[in-house]
Amino acid sequence: MVSRPHGGRLVRRVLTGRRREIFEAQSGEMPRLEVPLERAIDAEDLARGVFSPLEGFMVEDDYLSVLNRMRLSNDLPWTIPIVLDATREWLESQGLSPGDDIVLLYNELPIAVLTLEDVYTWDKRLHAEKVFKTRDPGHPGVEAVYKRGDILLGGRLELIQGPPNPLERYTLWPLETRVLFKEKGWRTIAAFQTRNVPHLGHEYVQKAALTFVDGLLVHPLSGWKKKGDYRDEVIIRAYEALTSHYYPRGVVVLSVLRMNMNYAGPREAVHHAIVRKNFGATHFIVGRDHAGVGSYYGPYEAWEIFREFPDLGITPLFVREAYYCTRCGGMVNEKVCPHGEEYRVRISGTRLREILRRGERPPEYMMRPEVAEAIISHPNPFIE
Amino acid sequence: MGDKVSVEISKELYEKAKKFIEENGGFKDVSELVEFLLSEAISDEAETVGMTPEEEEEVKERLRSLGYI
Repeated sequence: MVSRPHGGRLVRRVLTGRRREIFEAQSGEMPRLEVPLERAIDAEDLARGVFSPLEGFMVEDDYLSVLNRMRLSNDLPWTIPIVLDATREWLESQGLSPGDDIVLLYNELPIAVLTLEDVYTWDKRLHAEKVFKTRDPGHPGVEAVYKRGDILLGGRLELIQGPPNPLERYTLWPLETRVLFKEKGWRTIAAFQTRNVPHLGHEYVQKAALTFVDGLLVHPLSGWKKKGDYRDEVIIRAYEALTSHYYPRGVVVLSVLRMNMNYAGPREAVHHAIVRKNFGATHFIVGRDHAGVGSYYGPYEAWEIFREFPDLGITPLFVREAYYCTRCGGMVNEKVCPHGEEYRVRISGTRLREILRRGERPPEYMMRPEVAEAIISHPNPFIE
Repeated sequence: MGDKVSVEISKELYEKAKKFIEENGGFKDVSELVEFLLSEAISDEAETVGMTPEEEEEVKERLRSLGYI
């Protein structure tokens, strides 16, 4: 059977029925908090079970437990705090008490109702040290934390509507992937996390996993991007080209996950695994330096951290970096190839970008021609 | 937690489980590990997801319309 949701039950907290009527009648008088897109995305992910068993933004007990022990206060593994911040000025202007409902707005659009349970402060430098293993504001995750408000609000929430999603057609929620896997008769599913277009190294890793499971969930993260990244729709087109030409029919589900990226390296690797467990995956492919950035994490830290979570409920698959070996005549990794460095051609993402940016096709040992065509035929494949 | 009942397992397996917990952490004791593994093994998908047959049909309809099934 597919994985049970983390913590036992899939969270579903979408405002419906009588609660929605009450909200619509009273929302004009409720306190309001405008949130950035990242928090609106968190709110929808919480309500649709992506972060099961969390039912809302973390209260202080859970937050501190996650920070210090990488577990919720009930001992369930959890590595990335999911918190809602506000400014002290906003809080003082509201006169809030526990039990009050707060409407979260994104671009003035009501997104969710938060029932306040807890208001607390956070030590952002300590948060950075624990979550990102650095206090350096040059780390993008740390920089983002330092820019957030000084107050945290904890409490369960109910979704009114998610923020506008340009990739709605490709977005499946945990409830939907679970029905889909059941319909396909898959009992074992390996999830592959990505933010890139696929090259032959990715294909090798995915097919290695697919050899042992019923199906593959290719799960690109959409959302915030930095300059030079591939556009989300380009990643989708590239994967559609790859799977339609090089994978058997019916063994791959391609779906987008809208979730914030923290670049928290090892902690985030575990977080990504937990999230995919909620989607029904039984296995999760963990890359070398998974969710890393710069040189903040060791190349195998994201593998080693899984030893601390024998009770995760999803099996991590540690697949080594693939390269082309001119003596083997194909994609291999160092575990299966005896030949020296002089025969190894590594696929550099930077080099691939340079080639594609010029509108050229990379060599076929790097990228499938159909994938390259899907990218270079796009009028503007990169974020500017 | 609700009421507890006793379950018998072999001493050998118990010792192995105890050693596993000592080396890997994550569980308070063997009972907690056994409870976790049992609930993983016998959980009912419909129960854990909390979906009615009508809701499941709606989801299938969306999946069909998107070309997933």
